[in-house]
Amino acid sequence: MTTQEWKFNAKDIANKPDLFLSGHRACAGCGPAAMMRLIMKATRGPTIVTQATGCMEIVGSIYPYSSWALPWLHTAFENAAANASGIDAAVKALRKKGKIKQEHIDIIALAGDGGTYDIGLQALSGAVERGHDFLFILYDNEGYMNTGIQRSSSTPLGAATTTTPAGSVNPGKLEKKKPITEIMLAHEMEYVATATPYYWKDMLTKVRKGLEVEGPAFLHIFAPCPRGWRSEPAKTMEYSKLSVESCVFPIWEAVNGKRTLSTPSKLIALAPQKKKPVKSYLEGQGRFRHLFTPQNMHLVDEIQRATDEKWAKLLQKCEQA
Amino acid sequence: MTPKIKQETTAMNGDEAVAFAVKQCDVDVVAAYPITPQTIIVEKFSEYVANGEVQTEFICTESEHSAMTACLAASATGARTFTASASAGLALMHEMLFVTSGSRTPVVMAVANRALSAPLNIHGDHSDSMAERDSGWLQIYVENAQEAYDSIIQAFKIAEEVGVSLPIIVGLDGFTISHTLERVDVLSEDVVKKFVGERQFPMVLTHEGKTVPFKLDPENPMTMGPNALQNYYFEFKRQQVEGMNNALKGIQEANSEYAKISGRSYGNGLIDPYKLDDAEIAIVCIGSTAGTLKVIVDQLREEGMKAGVLRLRTFRPLPVEELRNALKNVKAVAVMDKSMSPGGLGAPVFNEVRNALYDIKQHPIIVNYIFGLGGRDSSPRDLRRIFEDLTKIAKTGVAEKQVHYLGLRE
Repeated sequence: MTTQEWKFNAKDIANKPDLFLSGHRACAGCGPAAMMRLIMKATRGPTIVTQATGCMEIVGSIYPYSSWALPWLHTAFENAAANASGIDAAVKALRKKGKIKQEHIDIIALAGDGGTYDIGLQALSGAVERGHDFLFILYDNEGYMNTGIQRSSSTPLGAATTTTPAGSVNPGKLEKKKPITEIMLAHEMEYVATATPYYWKDMLTKVRKGLEVEGPAFLHIFAPCPRGWRSEPAKTMEYSKLSVESCVFPIWEAVNGKRTLSTPSKLIALAPQKKKPVKSYLEGQGRFRHLFTPQNMHLVDEIQRATDEKWAKLLQKCEQA
Repeated sequence: MTPKIKQETTAMNGDEAVAFAVKQCDVDVVAAYPITPQTIIVEKFSEYVANGEVQTEFICTESEHSAMTACLAASATGARTFTASASAGLALMHEMLFVTSGSRTPVVMAVANRALSAPLNIHGDHSDSMAERDSGWLQIYVENAQEAYDSIIQAFKIAEEVGVSLPIIVGLDGFTISHTLERVDVLSEDVVKKFVGERQFPMVLTHEGKTVPFKLDPENPMTMGPNALQNYYFEFKRQQVEGMNNALKGIQEANSEYAKISGRSYGNGLIDPYKLDDAEIAIVCIGSTAGTLKVIVDQLREEGMKAGVLRLRTFRPLPVEELRNALKNVKAVAVMDKSMSPGGLGAPVFNEVRNALYDIKQHPIIVNYIFGLGGRDSSPRDLRRIFEDLTKIAKTGVAEKQVHYLGLRE
């Protein structure tokens, strides 16, 4: 990342034309849709977008309509990164032969948590290893929401989904969330970061930084889903904020493996008394409702303990860097 | 026909011949994953890349699924693309084969035909590409290494023709063709490049009223690979059939135009008949088996038997009219299949040919011989026995059995 810092304010962003247009079919209060509209404003020039099958792919491309004001390609579920590989190779080959005039074309691959953590992990790992020049953006809503709220390996411990329902024996999902960013960091990528739309300026800056990398970059965006989380549509941004304040989803960036906390998380690190209990994040969400019963309350404590532990480890990693 | 352009005589196996053809076709992107017996193709092509003999971007993907995906995406971006696979690799691509044809991206793929597991077997049969019959890909099967070279060159022209815009498989028999050293006459790169030409794109109307090439282009943003629901999906699929129909003409044209520059043609490009004009009995086959059958037909002809061979070069689109015309006066036909359709009445080529001939008023008696699975050798003696069976059927007008297994312990 050698280019100069991108400076912008709310007015600049508001005045930038939309590239993910209105008229799409996303639900009221959809976190990923709000995120999509915003992050497309961080693009910097000629851009090609490719997207894995999922909610955000479906809602924006129902023929004969499209929300995409950018060249956009969808092929299947498990292969957003392989699409990016092919586009990258084609752009390079065609430019060599003078058939593409643009000096540079940014490539963005978008996928949900299913298309990243689970079915798309192999293609992602392969494309990153090969060093293709693309930014992979994971929008994480912690489940297969498009097919009706099934668990993915991103679904957190204790969450009820249609394949991990809260029953008389099982209190929702029994396994913890897969540490996807650690997996991507292990690929020794130049840029890996986490973000969430409430902190929109931080998120847009990270999109731009990811695009500036010559080679693969990975951005993990945490985007609440009111349908899947059984939360109030009006509270999507509140949950986005609470996820950071409770340290359930700290935001940070790692440049060449050097990890630093982003301001909202850094403020909590500096003033630990500001850290909110996970209870404040969990209790309004219907997917965790069953935890607030006498037989399951211990799980809230368990989630608090695991969150604290992960946060402490993250602080260490940031210090070491 | 005298070739007008000088050619070089080389010795190559089928895989090498394919790689050499790809090198000459000005391919922009090759994405592939190794699998026997296709591997020599990508190994050879890697050498061209390593030595700077091609300008191609070569992606060694982490799976065949990603190889096909990358080819599709590169093709959608405007690149001429190629891949090669076989057997389990082709099966892993299965999902993406439908997406590639449905996206109308003219990817060219060589398939070194090989058996499917289980049990594991690396040898030649047609199970792999026959399982992709309905994937919307054009399918051409070649008889030898020379035809593999010639057909790859033709394949780019056929697939990229605007009215076709469909991906194409060129099938070469695993080991029998892929690994056998043969004489292959090659054209100069200039001649090949001129024959294949630049990639063509269908022109489409944008919402802004502009007419632009159908590809991903930041100057003309296009949504490719959308959802089409109950109200549009069916029309998309019907249009693919139109592309297939147009390919019937395109394949014949490519065959005859190529004959002008090379002196080589393969029947009319769709079917390759041998001594069929007055034949009373005939065998229909695909691939390298035709070579052996032609030798046997020559022997039988000397013995006074009116035997012939029809090699089905193009399996998709199925040349229905050509099959009917070529076989309408034959009394008994044996269709040979190097694959199975367990639980069905015979195997795919048999099903297709028999279906095509059904509407002839006095159609021949048609039987099926399944043979050569997992690379099982079929001797000339075995193949000769089929003609003997056909003679009996033609004489009596009765086929005791419809489906036979050749060279099998039972």
